[in-house]
Amino acid sequence: MQAQTDHVFRALSDPTRRAIYERLARDGEQTVHALTGRAGVSQPAVSKHLTVLKRAKLVRHRREGRETHYSAQPQALAPMVEWLELYGAFWRDRFDRLEELLKRMDDK
Amino acid sequence: MTDAAATKTLVIERDMPHPPEKIWRALTEGNLIEEWLMKNDFKPVVGHKFTFRALPAPNWNGIIEGEVLVVEPPSRLSYGWGALGLGSVVAWTLTPIEGGTRLRMEHSGFPSEEGANYKGAKYGWQKFIGNLERVLGGLE
Repeated sequence: MQAQTDHVFRALSDPTRRAIYERLARDGEQTVHALTGRAGVSQPAVSKHLTVLKRAKLVRHRREGRETHYSAQPQALAPMVEWLELYGAFWRDRFDRLEELLKRMDDK
Repeated sequence: MTDAAATKTLVIERDMPHPPEKIWRALTEGNLIEEWLMKNDFKPVVGHKFTFRALPAPNWNGIIEGEVLVVEPPSRLSYGWGALGLGSVVAWTLTPIEGGTRLRMEHSGFPSEEGANYKGAKYGWQKFIGNLERVLGGLE
């Protein structure tokens, strides 16, 4: 679970990969060729980005003839959303502790 | 929180019956930080690189690495917050109110690999999270 979260975060920390992922999520299945046309980087670079996204299970692919088609797998984002919720709980807890500390500082 | 982009940042705000100067100390003095946040070698000096150490958890070494970005006593403090190989920014704002201080914390963005271009990265990430919510909403 944690390893999967790492993969998702790392995959999406790069703006080009984020853009590729967003495009797939928004516009549906596309070929590497079509993605390259709009990504502003070379086809090998797009393929490399897609490999990272695949490892994070953010995209999946299927072959049809000579073309490979990629599509977004938004379910993979679930651990990231949970992570944000975790940080919310973390900080609320630390705020409580900070308030306790401030009360103790009064006593000093 | 009417700004759509701002809702993509984790924000916690509380009014506290203590003066800003005192809260500032709790936010910036290492031995006090340890009492409520984590063990650390923090110094309120812009550019200072520090480490927060929590108890290690499964698959996490418990280490948060950061760099101090803004020090304006006793009203603004901001530092980078890097964990799990990803950067983010924690920003504290202390506003005097009657009988105390409004303390606001914003933990925003998870930009990395972009260094000084943080603002752009933050925008990109927030935009992305916005899209993400639409995508997840479509799943249900």
